[in-house]
Amino acid sequence: MDILQVKDLKKYFSSQRAVDAISFSLQKGSIFGLLGPNGAGKTTLIRMITGIFYPDEGEILFEGRPFHPAKDIVHIGYMPEERGLYKKMKIGEQAVYLARLKGLGKQEATEKVREWFIKFEMQSWWNKKVEDLSKGMGQKLQFVTTVLHEPRLIILDEPFSGLDPVNSNLIKDEIYALARKGSTIIFSTHRMEQVEEICDHIILVNKGRKILDGSVAGVKQQFKENLFSIGLDDPDAASLTTTTAFEIVGRKEGHLIVKIREGYRSNDVLSHFINEGRNIDAFTEILPSLNDIFIRLVEGTPLARQFQPVTA
Amino acid sequence: MSKNTHNNKIWLITRREYFTRVRNKTFLLSTFLLPLMIILFIAGSVIVASQGKSRYRIAVIDANGYFKNYLKTDSALAFDFSPGIDTLNYADKGCTAVLIIPLLPEGQKTIYRLKYKKQLGLAAASDLEQRIGNAIVDHQIYEKTSISRSRLDSIRKNADIAEMHSFEDRGTVAKASSQGASTAVGYVSGILIYMLTFIYGAAVMRGVMEEKTNRIAEVIVSSVKPFQLMMGKIMGIGAVGLTQFLLWVIFLFGLTLVAQLLIPHDVMREVQQLQQANAMGNISAAPVSQTAQKVSQITGFLSAPNWGLILVCFLFYFIGGYLFYSALFAAVGSAVNEDVQEAQSLMLPITMPVIFSFFIMTIAVQDPGGKLAVWASIIPFSSPIVMMARIPFGVPGTVPWWQLALSMTLLVAGFIFTVWMAGKIYRTGILMYGKKPTWKTMWKWAFKA
Repeated sequence: MDILQVKDLKKYFSSQRAVDAISFSLQKGSIFGLLGPNGAGKTTLIRMITGIFYPDEGEILFEGRPFHPAKDIVHIGYMPEERGLYKKMKIGEQAVYLARLKGLGKQEATEKVREWFIKFEMQSWWNKKVEDLSKGMGQKLQFVTTVLHEPRLIILDEPFSGLDPVNSNLIKDEIYALARKGSTIIFSTHRMEQVEEICDHIILVNKGRKILDGSVAGVKQQFKENLFSIGLDDPDAASLTTTTAFEIVGRKEGHLIVKIREGYRSNDVLSHFINEGRNIDAFTEILPSLNDIFIRLVEGTPLARQFQPVTA
Repeated sequence: MSKNTHNNKIWLITRREYFTRVRNKTFLLSTFLLPLMIILFIAGSVIVASQGKSRYRIAVIDANGYFKNYLKTDSALAFDFSPGIDTLNYADKGCTAVLIIPLLPEGQKTIYRLKYKKQLGLAAASDLEQRIGNAIVDHQIYEKTSISRSRLDSIRKNADIAEMHSFEDRGTVAKASSQGASTAVGYVSGILIYMLTFIYGAAVMRGVMEEKTNRIAEVIVSSVKPFQLMMGKIMGIGAVGLTQFLLWVIFLFGLTLVAQLLIPHDVMREVQQLQQANAMGNISAAPVSQTAQKVSQITGFLSAPNWGLILVCFLFYFIGGYLFYSALFAAVGSAVNEDVQEAQSLMLPITMPVIFSFFIMTIAVQDPGGKLAVWASIIPFSSPIVMMARIPFGVPGTVPWWQLALSMTLLVAGFIFTVWMAGKIYRTGILMYGKKPTWKTMWKWAFKA
């Protein structure tokens, strides 16, 4: 079942088309990567999904019904990229306050905050103020306040910025746990290695339009260039020959990198080298990284767009 | 349910804004220090004024020869008629100024001159002019009748026998009124509204800027509507202001109660008799003690204004004026970034009318029925400050009911408009970082988005 369906969503500002006819749907319990360069329209898209902006055109369905910000907002947790907390407010009070703004009762909110503080070993922080916390600690608190009310849809914009590897892993594990429990997660970042690791499904937006949509594995298949790495006993030997089936495009760490031509299969490469009497100790397909795909797709976006402020 | 959570969220925000401020030490400190400072300021200026009254020594060169008989030295002015003094050496002889009076022929205006190095105070100058006028009249009476100078003096002295008390006419009853009390109350109310508007308006602006620079704004508006966040803040800070004002009222009320307890019982009874006699216009009231008269003067001064009406109107104009201006302050706060200077330049169009209203208020207490005062007390930009300066002079005497009703209606319409407009600007501004918006872009946010 789809928790969120976005249909032909548009938001035009006076200076640009921030979101231009974007559609996608989001399966319940999945971790969804929303990718795109700066100024691509990600924030505007997220702001429409969280009810901060109204779309100019298009439709958002939340759990199959038209999205009703005032009502559905309690089922969404949003951690924006530009985020912060009240510096002078006590941490425990602040977490309870933010949970109550999401519609939790006072007692329920207090209990939930206590549970999460214990889970993240933050109990001793209760009476401290945010200004006394390090940046990383603040990020942890921010994450807790985002997911405290058990939202069905969690939107995290660059959730790992400012976190050390230990705390990053802590949050990452929590994201997996939330997804297992049935929450759906939209994860927006520029860090492609994190996307490859965490996400099931991605879309890539650029200049307000969706230019890619699919599972991580599917996208990699879609953009593969039929490159293979072959481990040979002597890849640098001058006596190496090729056939019409492939060409040698490079050598790397004792491996030969070949590109298979259209109409041929990997077995054609293997049988060639076997017939040559060479000893093959490894043979793997080289898939493009998301980073390569990202750069290939968004290259050439004028910088001007990236620096245009988002105005309503 | 949706309606309920809507209000519930504003209420949550209001409570946070209220309690974080009221629990703060600066709230208690400012609540008790501000009145103390005002009292000290008034007391200080009274002391300085009474001590700083300088005595002027004035040399007189009189061609008529009779002024030395009439211009008598006293605590304020000293006169020197010694013949050696002239316009060149008066300063060396210890005089502040020299008065040159030529021959004054009857039946025509003649100019006499005062030369000085250090200017006389306004009060001293008009005192001097009045004395010279009196001297001329006295001299003519003396010349043209056979009355002696000492007789003339004693008549003048004994003639100081009447004092005006004024009463506000209210059909069947006449209420003792006091120009002084009305002016003082009007002035204080006006200043108080002026100060509270600035203090709490600026607090709203700083609060909005804080949320924006802390980057918590976007976190909050994913839970509540921007308008709810703005209204919660405005209402919370307004409640802080009301709390502060209420504490002052209770404090003052307690003070007057204590003061009344300290006055002996029989004196109070005499005071009551005296006040009743006054109110009935009874001239031949039974004679009462000196103390009772003094107390009666003070309590009369205090009871002259219609406190109930003033308090109700004050609360109305404080709340109305606060909503009107704090919404505008919130809009400015949402539009600017960290930079305080940016905020100041955008604040100018808001602070200007407030300061302007303050000046109109100082005129209004002098002439509460004047055209300027009337119109400024009806237009919402200035009505909170100016109307509060006029109300102590009497409703419906000085301020007719229709003016009060019109002023209140327009103020309500005014703050609904500013809150609505500020909400539109706020909604966009709060999520905008980067360049400071111009007036034109803010106008677009308000009316075209």
